[in-house]
Amino acid sequence: MSLHETAAVTGVGETVYQRGATRPSTALQLEAALTAIADAGLTPREIDGIIPIGITGAPAEELATNLGVEELRFSALTPMGGASSIAAIQCAAAAIAAGLCNHVLIAAGRNVSAGAKAGTRIHQMPQFHLITEFELPLGSVAPAQLYAPMARRHMELYGTTSAQLGEIATTIRAHALLNDNAVMKKPMTLADHQASRMIADPFRLLDCSLETDGGAAFVISGAGPARDMRQPRVLVSGIAEGHPDSPSAITQRPDMTRLGIVRAAPRAFGMAGVTPADIQVAEIYDCFTWVVLCQLEDMGFCAKGEGGAFVEGGRLRLGGKLPVNTHGGLLSQAHMLGLNHVVELVRQLRGQGGRAQVQGAELGLCTGFGDMGDGAMAIMRRG
Amino acid sequence: MAQNQSARPLPHASDLTRPYWEGAAQGKLLIQQCGQCGKLRHYPRYICDNCHSFETVWKESSGRGRVHSWMVAHHAYHPAFAGELPYTLVTVELEEGVRALGRYAVPTGEGLRLDLPVRLRLETVAEGVALPLFEPRED
Ligand SMILES: [Zn+2]
Repeated sequence: MSLHETAAVTGVGETVYQRGATRPSTALQLEAALTAIADAGLTPREIDGIIPIGITGAPAEELATNLGVEELRFSALTPMGGASSIAAIQCAAAAIAAGLCNHVLIAAGRNVSAGAKAGTRIHQMPQFHLITEFELPLGSVAPAQLYAPMARRHMELYGTTSAQLGEIATTIRAHALLNDNAVMKKPMTLADHQASRMIADPFRLLDCSLETDGGAAFVISGAGPARDMRQPRVLVSGIAEGHPDSPSAITQRPDMTRLGIVRAAPRAFGMAGVTPADIQVAEIYDCFTWVVLCQLEDMGFCAKGEGGAFVEGGRLRLGGKLPVNTHGGLLSQAHMLGLNHVVELVRQLRGQGGRAQVQGAELGLCTGFGDMGDGAMAIMRRG
Repeated sequence: MAQNQSARPLPHASDLTRPYWEGAAQGKLLIQQCGQCGKLRHYPRYICDNCHSFETVWKESSGRGRVHSWMVAHHAYHPAFAGELPYTLVTVELEEGVRALGRYAVPTGEGLRLDLPVRLRLETVAEGVALPLFEPRED
């Protein structure tokens, strides 16, 4: 069997995104969960599957207890960093297709202002013990530093420029300005990007995503029941996860300019029965600008090495051929582990995109990237 | 024991990795080699991904390699490195066919390019702890 259009995203919810939240991550996660469940037209006790996302929120048991879930029939973890939330869609869809449960809640909460900072969190994760032992002592501490060599090699091999990365940053900032729930409120020019201080060369400050607090959640239900639920139905047409060679250390990866999504994309597009040219809107995981460019190549929107030219000329802007991160992304809306990308894609396909609505959007995709190169992508269709 | 928050993070050797760190302290970069099929692997692992043997020997690297990529740090994500900015880390393809990460001898990364020939030195950073450092060499 295939998971093609067996599941739908039936509810989405977000808290306000901000810096310096005073509430703990679990409270933010629960608020987003309640919003998503209500959006789906469900009551909290009807949730019978839970996949919590990230290492900063509550586990499934705690969510179930707080929500008064009647019978939790399925819980799982998809520990793939920023790819977790989309890998969780695959996991939920499989569980629903197998008849294990009906409505799966996928939720995350973050209060990084109060908790561990970037550069600390990854060294708390057991899957990175080799990086912690061999690379941290040299001064490779945070994701910006660990990912920079991938971007540098890409630039040296293919002539990709910092200004091309800046095109991605300014595009996504322009989209954030259309979103009332985006943390960044000021316009960004290419000159601003080029003048921003170097963090981990080739990444400047404005190539890096935000550190923000908030909660986001969504509900996955069977495609059949979703037809009669509260919102216009958004079907999961194609879904896949992919892992790179040498998944635990980028240093040892045979080709460090390719991410795990290069493996996921053919499966996701194949399942959906569409090609990159059919995609009308794309919410692409953007922890760093270059990661957007690399995923565009790896998904086949352009050939390897052509991403720099591909992102130029306003192609990724609203009104362009492939609007990307219409909500402002991790770079300018908020770092919500990519759940905000799922929420935004669903809103776009429902026609609830507000000022950033891509006119006539019926088919789109969202991606996740994390844990040194893991990837996942979901192709969704209104129907 | 309470750790000083600003102290340099140091490697915690395990039974699996101890030979590597003992070699490094003696100025040698040791690479794991499968005792059965001879395949080299780095970083250390329990079994060979080719033949799945647990048998392991250690082979000393020539220390010669070529630059595969690099990163120049201008921001310290850990207070221990704040006084060293900027510093450059190079990913080096060693002659033996595995890669090593190390500091680059020129902190600004000036002169780096893909495939630049480099040579390894092990730099003592704490008592009994040495980390890879690479410097340019003649081809
Ligand atoms: Zn072997």
